[in-house]
Amino acid sequence: MTETLSQLRRIAQNPTLSFKQKAHALAVEAENMLPYVLLDAETRAALDTRVICDMYEGHAPYKPRYVLPDYEVVLRNGSEHLELPKPETLDEAISTLQIAYHHVPSVTGMPVFIGHLDALLLPFCNGVSDDDLYRKIKLFWRYIDRVLPDAFLHADIGPTDNRVARTILRVDAELKQVAPNLTFLYDPEVSGEAMLRLCTDNIIACSKPHIANHPVHREVFDEPGYAIVSCYNALPLRGGAATLARVNLKKVAEASTSEADFLEVQLPRYVNLNARLMRARLDYLFRQSGFFDGNFLVEEGWIDKDRFTAMFGIFAMAEAVNHLQDLAGRPGRYGHDAAANAIGHRISERLADLVAHEPMEHVWRGVAMLHAQAGLSSDAGTTPGVRIPYGSEPDPVSHVQALLPHHQHYLSGVSEILTLDETVRANPEAVFQLAKGALQLGFREFTANVAGNDLVRVTGFMIRLSDVKLYNAAKGSRVNTTALGAEAADTVHILARKPRVVGLELMAGSSV
Amino acid sequence: MSDGVAAVSKFLTWSVVDGPGNRFVLFLQGCNYRCVTCHNPHTIGVCSDCGTCVAVCPSGALSRTSRKVVHDPGVCIACDSCLAACPTRANPMVRRMTVEDVLVLLRRNAPFLNGLTVSGGEATLQLDFLIDLFTAIRAAPELAHLTLFIDSNGHLPVDGWRRVLALTDGVMLDIKAFDADRHRRLTGVDNDLSLASARLLATVGKLHELRFLLIPGETDRPEEIAALAALARELGPQTRLRLNAFQQHGVRGPAAGWPKMPRDGLEAAAVALRAAGIAEVAVPSVWLP
Ligand code: SF4
Ligand code: SF4
Repeated sequence: MTETLSQLRRIAQNPTLSFKQKAHALAVEAENMLPYVLLDAETRAALDTRVICDMYEGHAPYKPRYVLPDYEVVLRNGSEHLELPKPETLDEAISTLQIAYHHVPSVTGMPVFIGHLDALLLPFCNGVSDDDLYRKIKLFWRYIDRVLPDAFLHADIGPTDNRVARTILRVDAELKQVAPNLTFLYDPEVSGEAMLRLCTDNIIACSKPHIANHPVHREVFDEPGYAIVSCYNALPLRGGAATLARVNLKKVAEASTSEADFLEVQLPRYVNLNARLMRARLDYLFRQSGFFDGNFLVEEGWIDKDRFTAMFGIFAMAEAVNHLQDLAGRPGRYGHDAAANAIGHRISERLADLVAHEPMEHVWRGVAMLHAQAGLSSDAGTTPGVRIPYGSEPDPVSHVQALLPHHQHYLSGVSEILTLDETVRANPEAVFQLAKGALQLGFREFTANVAGNDLVRVTGFMIRLSDVKLYNAAKGSRVNTTALGAEAADTVHILARKPRVVGLELMAGSSV
Repeated sequence: MSDGVAAVSKFLTWSVVDGPGNRFVLFLQGCNYRCVTCHNPHTIGVCSDCGTCVAVCPSGALSRTSRKVVHDPGVCIACDSCLAACPTRANPMVRRMTVEDVLVLLRRNAPFLNGLTVSGGEATLQLDFLIDLFTAIRAAPELAHLTLFIDSNGHLPVDGWRRVLALTDGVMLDIKAFDADRHRRLTGVDNDLSLASARLLATVGKLHELRFLLIPGETDRPEEIAALAALARELGPQTRLRLNAFQQHGVRGPAAGWPKMPRDGLEAAAVALRAAGIAEVAVPSVWLP
């Protein structure tokens, strides 16, 4: 108890946290004073040694990890519970969304998804001049960054080329804010190359948007589709992800005697234990927490209890493969050597198969979705997801080629962050071609940082390097994720990434 | 080198500084200049299999067969000790590649590429290979979107250019200096062929870019800049100039002790060139601290 109390005191007195950030951190601590959801002894032991990991989501899951409301519902009907009439004008639609965001629960305490904004707002834009649209989007963007300053907060646009999407890209490049994070859903048949070029030019300006391979994602999900949220998770719209637990592949490899032992004995064992952990957490959320009962989001149809998946995360592929290479006495390293890369591809294939054979109650389609998990700020000595270790990445083309075969297996998202050196500014055509090639070959998502931008990705979310400097000087930051960024920069050396950064999901429990 | 085989010192699947878009770059071994300021001096010589480098290799990647020095890339730790040891500025890691070898690499990376740039050393020293390679690419429908560029010092007679230009989309041409004595001192060679190449390439519309390395006290002198402006004007208003700054990095011999080109000096030259009516003057996009 004294340990808990002193932790509570540390939070209450922390000079770098805002009042709201403290309230959230205190709530996380309070939840964790409850006993953990019921686990069998073997699962408990694997969790205690962190071979499997619950993302420190909390002992008593009382809300889904990621909630993706169908905001079209509130724009079409208004909300009885919130006493909101159906919006008629663009101003009313934006205002309705701004209100709606405050009622969306998530693991971070802020919404991780704020809508397919162009599709939502386009019907309200008839008769709105380009100049008015630009001004209103700019105010909206400023509101999001100042009121919901969390870099996990994610807006989607596309796949069509339309004036709202173009205005958003223009405003985003101009303001260079941390929030919202942005994904363009690219479909070569629909979006057109001019739109892709606009996106890659924006990447050079502000390392956003992230570009999702829309045809590849679309075929995974049924109606009403999906959204890309948080750190590039692809999840069912009008639902989300109930939970996320992950396997540390490095530790699984360390428990193995050979590649065969890894693939046939240890990996199946820990996949099964992680699935048991997920089932226990799902059971609590769906049957004990009462989250879905009497919830106006459910009653009004913003979310549907049957559309929540469970994310089966893995990370430290690079370290696992290198360890298996060591066991076999082979020098080739992950990301650079064809044989090492091939081991990685076999592991991903095996994982997809194992996860598909772990049925889970309550979740969308009855099985979890495999996810290359981007990491926590406390991870040390491991590389996010299936990424190539920081600082040892090959050139961007070889990089994409090495990771490409993984992508088909990670249905709920796999993000690799390509770091491009500053010379590409003088040659934007090259970034366009790189993105086009990657998407054409089946990369699920294309994400790049350009060195020299103040705004960079830290394992998935955006931070400002200048904020990290301020934070480290103990001045605190207005933006929630800066603390994560600063912690990740110190723990996982992500700023050492060639030449700059990464993408992740960070931080024990939720964000502080 | 001919018969569809080239000595290749290196290739890249990602380059954003060797022409428009992302380019596959093939660096051919061997050069006909001896630039004192070369920052890749190990690309100049052709290996004589003398064996000097074998002894310094710490990883056992180099070995002698009866006549040849052989490099094993599987063992090499890329320490570059062999490069420093070679008395003729050659490189034992150079590989022989056929046209088909290059086509395989191009096909594998085609969706990421805007084109191919053949550089060096001096690319045109292996002109037969260049012609064979470009001909094969032009005949491959899956590579039809690639533009083909040559990066050259221009030390090739008009007749040589005529053999390859029809297959080439553009040439990036380096002029090392205008004053004849200075050019000889800096490169060991006369500049008449290089200047003639600039004029020929501009006339047939294949001069993509004229490049000029600024070396303090040498090529940054007013008379050199004025001569550069005069040539660019003569070549026509569409001429693109790129100014590069001398750095000591990689340089061997006395020039390693020369001062590097300061940023303000280079930018002053760019201003002077623009004032002289040259519309497009590119300067380095990144300056090393
Ligand atoms: S690379 Fe140089 S040192 Fe080595 S064998 Fe060839 S010529 Fe001799
Ligand atoms: S770079 Fe040269 S010296 Fe070094 S390991 Fe490779 S072959 Fe040997």
